[in-house]
Amino acid sequence: MHPAFSVIFLTTLIGVGQGIFLALFTGQSYSAVELLPTQHSANFYGNGAIIALLFLIGGLIASFFHLGHPERAWRAASQWRTSWLSREVIALPILMGLVFIYGVMHHMGWDSILLTTDKGAKLSLTLIVATLGMLATFALFLCTGMIYACLKFLQEWYSPLTVINYTLYGTASGFLLMTAFANVSAPDLMSFYGIWSMIIIIAVFITRFASLVRNARIKYKSTMQTALGVRHTKIQQKAMGFMGGSVNTRDFFHHTSLMFMRNMKWIFMLLVGPIPFVLLWIGMESQSTSTLLTAFVVMYIGLIAERWFFFAQANHPQNLYYQTV
Amino acid sequence: MTQLALVIDLNVCVGCHACVTSCKEWNTSGPAGSMCDDNPYGQDPTGTFFNRVQTYEIGEFPTTETLHFPKSCLHCEDPPCVPVCPTGASYKREEDGIVLVDYDKCIGCRYCSWACPYGVREIDEHMKVMKKCTLCVDRIYDESLPANERKPACVLACPTSARLFGDVHDPESPISITIREEGGYQLMPEWGTKPSNHYLPRRKTRMHIHEDELQRADNPLKKEQRSGTSAPVDAPTLDDSTSW
Repeated sequence: MHPAFSVIFLTTLIGVGQGIFLALFTGQSYSAVELLPTQHSANFYGNGAIIALLFLIGGLIASFFHLGHPERAWRAASQWRTSWLSREVIALPILMGLVFIYGVMHHMGWDSILLTTDKGAKLSLTLIVATLGMLATFALFLCTGMIYACLKFLQEWYSPLTVINYTLYGTASGFLLMTAFANVSAPDLMSFYGIWSMIIIIAVFITRFASLVRNARIKYKSTMQTALGVRHTKIQQKAMGFMGGSVNTRDFFHHTSLMFMRNMKWIFMLLVGPIPFVLLWIGMESQSTSTLLTAFVVMYIGLIAERWFFFAQANHPQNLYYQTV
Repeated sequence: MTQLALVIDLNVCVGCHACVTSCKEWNTSGPAGSMCDDNPYGQDPTGTFFNRVQTYEIGEFPTTETLHFPKSCLHCEDPPCVPVCPTGASYKREEDGIVLVDYDKCIGCRYCSWACPYGVREIDEHMKVMKKCTLCVDRIYDESLPANERKPACVLACPTSARLFGDVHDPESPISITIREEGGYQLMPEWGTKPSNHYLPRRKTRMHIHEDELQRADNPLKKEQRSGTSAPVDAPTLDDSTSW
């Protein structure tokens, strides 16, 4: 497939936003059961929600560049019964709304303890909103991943690993940015987020490697023989029916060399795995916000490369019909 | 239930592209708006087509065969492109099984073209909506046309009648009979899309001449003044020696 930068930015940016919100939810729920110290409501949770919202908005804006008719985008919410894309179109604004409400509540101090258990755990109003947001976050990860994982003839994508990798990459990048943010506004949470970032970076390194191994040994179901219905081992296309290009040759091929693809694979695996991991470690040891931010920027660049590779690697069966001018 | 479809006979297609041009002509002049066509006479021409004719070479020299292969929307009975559409712009008509795009609802997200294994959906880069073969839905029901012209433009244009049009759900329709009797098949059956369009395979007509067929057993010897046997040609026949 031809990687479209609008979709690459959409999926990576909302992933960061979702990861940040999951980090906020984790932080607040840990502090509700007194496993972590409670943070300043507006400075940490409120501003964290603003950062998450900015990433989600960025992703939403990027998505419009993919559409031929963005002014009709509202129609895309109608087919949620059958279309994962439609479900994503519903889940994203719901999450944005919940993040917005969560941020406003923390900034305005609209919070109250609803329930205190005898062991001291406190259930607050914002935590309920955060829980709803967490559910929306996972629903959105599922929708985004399933858009690709449900297309059974794009065999590189047709795997649960697609959903797992989208979820883990988003979470890892969000937690990583929150580590840098916590170093500024809540230093006592920095190592908590840092260690979680490390765990998720290792986890997604394993699952992404698993999907690379899986994709390297795919047996394609469609062949020249099934595409044409001709029983012969040697079939060569001589003409695709036109001499210039068409959507079929532009949208479904990545137009780069095999060498480029091979190098890209190792470059992105380094950029989303070992390099930010080491930078994160150094940043945590030295408590340096700039190093932690560098770790995030490197990982984000790596994510763009990862997403580019994800699209480029998918081999669409229609390509069998478009092999030569 | 009706399922309109095409049957394409690869045995008689000569690859003349008449179906491609007539399709483009009919559909670009239709009420749905023109189909884009950039640099048609310049470098890198590009545009939207509902139908393409491709050419393949089967086998290796000297035993090669050329296959001309027209490809348009197959109007699948279980179209994978329809459920993925987020707006409902892509739909399959209940009454005749034609898969259509509502150009006024399409947001141009291209997801349906990803979901079609055959690559028959092409986005119109000017109108920014997805387009595909409509089986000339604006033609086949047009009662102002004579009854024998109520067929898709490609079918009417084909000079070798390689394209047949009809209802594949009616077992007695001419195209159902053709599919049944001439070995009609579907493309990429592995995805379970159940394409309605069928293809007829190339069918070789071979002559088997046995040695004894080279000489006529019923040779009227007298006429050709030759004999296949050892009897002299001038010897009297039964007719010469017998008077009735």
